[in-house]
Amino acid sequence: MELDPLILSRIQFAFVVSFHAIFPVFTIGLASYIAVLEGLSYKTKNPVWITLSSFWTKVFAVVFGMGVVSGIVMSFQFGTNWSNFAQASANFLGPMLSYEVITAFFLEAAFLGVLLFGRDRVPPGVHLFAAIMVATGTFISAFWILSANSWMQTPAGTVLRDGVFHVTSWTEAIFNPSFQYRFTHKVIASFLTGGFVVAGVSAWYLLKGREVEANRKALSMCLWLLLILAPAQLVVGDFHGINTLEHQPAKVSAMEGNWETSRNVPLLLFAIPDQENQTNLFEIGIPGLASLILTHDWNGEVPGLKEVSVEEQPPVAIVFWSFRVMVGLGLLMILFAFIGLVLRAGDRYWHSRWFLQGMRFMSITPFIAVLAGWFVTEIGRAPWLVYGMMTQAEAVTPSLTGGMALFTLIGYVVVYSLVFSAGLYYLMRVLYVGLEDNYDDEPDESDRPMRPLSASHVPFEMDEYSKSNPARQGDH
Amino acid sequence: MEMFDLTLIWAFIIGFGVIMYVLMDGFDLGVGILFPFAPSEQDRDTMMNSVAPVWDGNETWLVLGGAGLLGAFPLVYSILLPALYIGVFLMLSGLIFRGIAFEFRFKARTSRYLWNWAFAGGSTLAAFAQGVVVGTYIQGYETANGVFTGGALDWLTPFTVLTGLGLLAGYALLGSTWLIMKTEGRLQEWAYKITLPLLAAVLVVFGIISVWTPFIDDMVRDRWFSNLSVIWVLPVLSLLCAFQIFRSVRNRFEGMPFVATMGLFITTYLGLIVSRWPYLIPPDYTLWDAASAYNSQMFLLIGLLIVIPFVLVYTAWTYWVFRGKVRAGEGYH
Ligand code: HDD
Ligand code: HEM
Ligand code: HEM
Repeated sequence: MELDPLILSRIQFAFVVSFHAIFPVFTIGLASYIAVLEGLSYKTKNPVWITLSSFWTKVFAVVFGMGVVSGIVMSFQFGTNWSNFAQASANFLGPMLSYEVITAFFLEAAFLGVLLFGRDRVPPGVHLFAAIMVATGTFISAFWILSANSWMQTPAGTVLRDGVFHVTSWTEAIFNPSFQYRFTHKVIASFLTGGFVVAGVSAWYLLKGREVEANRKALSMCLWLLLILAPAQLVVGDFHGINTLEHQPAKVSAMEGNWETSRNVPLLLFAIPDQENQTNLFEIGIPGLASLILTHDWNGEVPGLKEVSVEEQPPVAIVFWSFRVMVGLGLLMILFAFIGLVLRAGDRYWHSRWFLQGMRFMSITPFIAVLAGWFVTEIGRAPWLVYGMMTQAEAVTPSLTGGMALFTLIGYVVVYSLVFSAGLYYLMRVLYVGLEDNYDDEPDESDRPMRPLSASHVPFEMDEYSKSNPARQGDH
Repeated sequence: MEMFDLTLIWAFIIGFGVIMYVLMDGFDLGVGILFPFAPSEQDRDTMMNSVAPVWDGNETWLVLGGAGLLGAFPLVYSILLPALYIGVFLMLSGLIFRGIAFEFRFKARTSRYLWNWAFAGGSTLAAFAQGVVVGTYIQGYETANGVFTGGALDWLTPFTVLTGLGLLAGYALLGSTWLIMKTEGRLQEWAYKITLPLLAAVLVVFGIISVWTPFIDDMVRDRWFSNLSVIWVLPVLSLLCAFQIFRSVRNRFEGMPFVATMGLFITTYLGLIVSRWPYLIPPDYTLWDAASAYNSQMFLLIGLLIVIPFVLVYTAWTYWVFRGKVRAGEGYH
């Protein structure tokens, strides 16, 4: 069988970028949460804030570290696998990525060191400042990269001359038509991720009756935040979709699983899209609702996939189902945020076991929703790479052979699996040990170096911790 | 309307970025290369402590190099990376493993040796791969119409293996002189002891490369030998730096060996640049062929001129916050 470098490169890119994406989405939210905790601690001097902040900083350090190493891979992917694309879009993409490095990455890297190890080396005000700078860096980073990505979705401010994009207006290119929606949607997604993870972990500690005071505070804070943000995400997502309808109608048709351009289009809850026969095998829907959502009119006209030739259609089933996963989880998030509000009556939100269990489970949902959302966005623009301008097939590196692509694909899968399992294992350790860091009294002083993870004194091996803390054994 | 030759300015900026990366990540990669040979496990802790708060920032210069190339000289980016496809993957894997090792090693008890390996192996692999990049750059690429047309393993030749080993030795030298500056006691003593053999290794490999290069390329030969030019100042300065390393180690100076090693790197680097100037992708493309649009170079330049001074200031500030000797078992928080 002939190995196709294009398919393999697509799989590889999807794999490495999805791997990378799950870390920033968490760190962006968490960095801001830490900055808030540091601010509260600076203002009120209540030690509970320091406890919470130190704990979440440990978690942050691990996740951030994995974000950095996987991000470095990303910046080389454009050249190794998509060199024609890199060459064609360099006039725009190059400055964007460079701005990201000089305005965001240096800021994050420099102040992270101070945030993690500087508590005793710099005055409290400077420490707080470092926390704010790290959080700011994550937003600046998201700004540039999402602008670059949005430009690929809805190119503007550029002309294509001799196969190379030239920028005619930087403001139009940077603030291209889908940027504001994507940026807002993504930032809210990050806060939702941070919020649900912190809430879920706090709920888990509350279930075990640990550090009740601090965890109740954390849970309560998160629930207020989620109550505002979860519904906001629905509204922003709606605007995002309407904007996409204007610029990338084929993507919206795929999201809706709608083949024929028609009026009074139902919102499909379930369907099995059959691309070969250009129809759905089976569908259950709510009449007229898709028209209403997309055009704000029960009888509005919604374009169908058949508007474009079969070659220009994205893979419908993946887009259709990813979209439902994202929106479904978004609705579930809204539901939980409201239950949290209801349970505030009589302080039940931190007593009710089923609610706490539910919150525990909810902590993984934002990651799934985020990946699903990216799948909708990125697969929905297929076969285009730069929408309407350059296809994926034109973009791939000419000298790349299937064998080379397969070699690195397998390589990245192996490397990332190792890194990810080690990282996940270590995160579990940090969470398991919890807020009160009773590993401090360890005689071996040498385990307090100044690297990210030294912020916690947790041994890597699960069993050793249990051994040295017999009381904790079996206490999962 | 194109008032300045931005391409030239950009060549200078990228050149600056590359040498910043080589010097800064060079010493922390060097510490990783020397890691397995350290006298004791406790010394390894100290070695790692000496670079832990700054390695992330150091590596960011690599990312800037990549993004800056894409912004200013896209042709380099889109020819170099496909040409080095497998090599880039190896370098990135090396960087991933050593980055992760920073995070996990101190938490490990029974599995600590694994993270030692990850740190040392990752650093060595990354350093070697970077040396190979230098070698392929001297060697040149097969291209047609602005795309790489060579094979997957063109980058792997005896010459590039030699440059790989050369950079490995060079980074190790930066690492050992860094340790002389940042540590004391037994570890510092050990660093003093290995510095001179490392220096000898560097000189031997750099010497062979210098003799070999004119033979693989006529242009390089003409440049150096057709008539006696001022560029011979550079190798003379390199030798002076080498002598300075030797002398300062003999006299037990603490900061000078590191400074002189940086001097050795800078002069060698300049020598490499003048050999190839103004070709950016030998043998076919000059700086100007590889450049991006004027307007893109200008847009990025404005931002760079405003932001980079701040970056340099706060980077210097972090080095200052974590200044001084790293002591065994010292806690930083
Ligand atoms: C919305 C957010 C977002 C998205 C879509 C991406 N990244 Fe990212 N990236 C970040 C947000 C971020 C961050 C929050 O700034 C990170 C995460 C952890 C970190 O260290 O910074 C980061 C780290 C990070 C780094 C390491 C920075 C360092 O050395 O400190 C690089 C080189 C990249 N990314 C490059 C990319 C590329 C080429 C992407 C696209 C394909 C990409 N990122 C998608
Ligand atoms: C961080 C979140 C992101 C995720 C999870 C993501 C996910 C994906 C996925 C799944 C594909 C594969 C589509 C397919 O081949 O059918 C893809 C393609 C692509 N994306 Fe993204 N993407 C993200 C961000 C970005 C950004 C920020 C950029 C650029 C600035 C980008 C550039 C590309 C390119 C160049 C491709 C083409 C390669 C390909 O088709 O596989 N992506 N992405
Ligand atoms: C609740 C209802 C939601 C709606 C109506 C909605 C709508 C959308 C739409 C239409 C897109 C595709 C935009 C395009 O490519 O043109 C999208 C993408 C995306 N969604 Fe959602 N979304 C919702 C909830 C969520 C939630 C809860 C999350 C995560 C916590 C999320 C994360 C994302 C991400 C990461 C993307 C890809 C990046 C982007 O294009 O913005 N969404 N969403």
